[in-house]
Amino acid sequence: MTDSSPPLIQVTGLVKRFGLKTVLRGVNFTAARGEFVALLGPNGAGKTTFLRILASLSRPNAGEIRVAGHRLPQQAAAVRRRLGVVSHQPLLYGDLTAEENLRFYGRLYAVPEAEARIAELLRLVGLYRRRRDLVRTYSRGMQQRLAIARAILHDPEVLLLDEPYTGLDQDASAMLDDVLRQVASQGRTVVMTSHDLSRIALLASRFDVLARGRIAASVSRSEIADTELLAFYRAAVEAPAEEVRP
Amino acid sequence: MHKAPKALRLLDGVSVLLLVVATGMVFLYAPVERTMGLVQKVFYFHVSANWIGMLGFLVAAVAGGIYLARGNRFWDVLEVAAVEIGLVFSLIGIVTGSIWARPIWNTWWTWDPRLVTVAVMELIYIAYFMLRQGIEDPERRARYAAVYAIVGFLSVPLTFLSIRFYRSIHPVVITSSSAQLSPKMFQTFMFSLFTFTVLFVDLLWHRLRLGLLSEQVERLRMKLSE
Amino acid sequence: MSAASRERTSLWRATRAIVWKDLTAELRSRELLSAMLVFALLVILSFNFALDLDPKTRGSVTSGVLWVTFIFAGTLGLNRSMAVEKDRGCLDGLLLAPMDRSAIYFGKSVANLAFMLIVEAVVLPLYSLLYNVNLFRPGLLLMILLGSVGYVAVGTLLSSMAVQARTRDMLLPILLFPVTLPVLIAAVKGSAGFLSGLPLTDIQPWINLLLVYDVIFVAIAFIVFDYVVEE
Repeated sequence: MTDSSPPLIQVTGLVKRFGLKTVLRGVNFTAARGEFVALLGPNGAGKTTFLRILASLSRPNAGEIRVAGHRLPQQAAAVRRRLGVVSHQPLLYGDLTAEENLRFYGRLYAVPEAEARIAELLRLVGLYRRRRDLVRTYSRGMQQRLAIARAILHDPEVLLLDEPYTGLDQDASAMLDDVLRQVASQGRTVVMTSHDLSRIALLASRFDVLARGRIAASVSRSEIADTELLAFYRAAVEAPAEEVRP
Repeated sequence: MHKAPKALRLLDGVSVLLLVVATGMVFLYAPVERTMGLVQKVFYFHVSANWIGMLGFLVAAVAGGIYLARGNRFWDVLEVAAVEIGLVFSLIGIVTGSIWARPIWNTWWTWDPRLVTVAVMELIYIAYFMLRQGIEDPERRARYAAVYAIVGFLSVPLTFLSIRFYRSIHPVVITSSSAQLSPKMFQTFMFSLFTFTVLFVDLLWHRLRLGLLSEQVERLRMKLSE
Repeated sequence: MSAASRERTSLWRATRAIVWKDLTAELRSRELLSAMLVFALLVILSFNFALDLDPKTRGSVTSGVLWVTFIFAGTLGLNRSMAVEKDRGCLDGLLLAPMDRSAIYFGKSVANLAFMLIVEAVVLPLYSLLYNVNLFRPGLLLMILLGSVGYVAVGTLLSSMAVQARTRDMLLPILLFPVTLPVLIAAVKGSAGFLSGLPLTDIQPWINLLLVYDVIFVAIAFIVFDYVVEE
């Protein structure tokens, strides 16, 4: 699943402080093209912070970051073009229809042949029939699916997802699974944070645990059985912080 | 306890000395003004205080600009110090203005453009602190405060101009400027201005040290709790 | 497919997109506009009883009443416009786009200006009807335009800061009013001048002041906005 080209995401010694509190203390992380990395960790570990830095929404205090061949934060604009982000909040405008939302983002990203692409994506996430409805009327699950459509509108090489399953019921979660599987299979590099170990086990090719400000443990899918995941996670979170090179 | 550096302690002494001399000059050296009498002597400190208030604002705006460009917290601490001290000096200016106005023009407030401008400036300073209070993230707080210090300062000359022009078409307003100053009065005024400037630097330095030490304490406290 | 798109979407296109988005959303829900309009009318009503608006004295206060109304209603619009982005996290969506972030400033400012002008366009005829005074002088309309531009230029910048504070709604007017005082003064005096038919030379200084203010503060806001909007 992974190939030998240079890693699409490369992070070395990432440090992030908020005021006088240090949240990330030298994170090292890589992701190769096509990898699906599940980023696990307790609340407050800094997963969202880490993702926001990768997304160029936040500046690190120290460290080297390369995403899709460009350095952050210096070449942020170039990175943004190759990046798609799905966060807790759907980043959608309630008073616009699904179509209009995608059209708006299509303009911001200067997506060529936007109308065709929008229709294609709406079909992909199963919202084509409700494309003229205001997003305000969408359920949370539908909003998340539309958010993913928004995120891949410009065909990014890297997709970052922050707890996308939050607030979704079983059906909606299953739908999201499908969408993510399709999206991931298109060769994108995906980094996803989630609390839901069982769901993420089916999708990810690698599991990293962020604890106490560093990547405390990392294991690839092939090396661990589903049943051992929880134990692996617990062990990583409780153990004293040690650097594990993926 | 960190002792203040020698230069600062020297400056303290100089400031006090200058203040004493300036007060002496105001009461003993400068002649009593013909029309307004004794109360006119407030003018020396009143105008000086206003000018220094504005100086504080200028220092804050410049510090803000440097902070935005460099990101070094020192400039943020300096900015807060300058605004605080400017706030106090402007308040002194406003209050002395009232003290001056009351016996002479039988009013607590004159709508003199300079006085109104200082009052508006005071409001901007207060708004500045309310902005700081409302933002929790320290880095964002510093950035926003710097922006407001700059924007606020730039608005002041325009405010002054607009009030001045407003005033000139409403001749019913009291003038509070002493147009003619005898040489002795002028010297007293310049000396007062100089004294206040030195006082400003002295207080700014103290406040800056206080701010920097306070940051250090926070940093150490954070280290301990980790 | 993405290789075909250029690195950065142009400032012009991005600004246009944001303006279109704001106008479309608002024209559909009309929440903001109706709130601003109702509020403006209530302010005028309050002034009607608070001040003696009889025909003789009215002439001198018309301009003031109008501008205080516009400024208060404007604050509502500014706050709400930014709150929409912040509350649903949409600001992140804008920040993620590969475009010059000034597009956010210009886009929001133009949209805010449009909202303010729409409210003014409704209030003016209404005031004319209520008080039987002709407000449709080109000079007055010019002052309204210039004043609104200056107010919105600074207001958009400050509202993007205020919206991050806990005391968001109270904070914006406190930050905005002292700094936009020159706009208020110049706009009121200039408008009053046009309404009472003063010669242009008398009104010119006010127009100049507004122009200077507008240019300076649009430039400053444009320079400084990046620092406000990034994390």
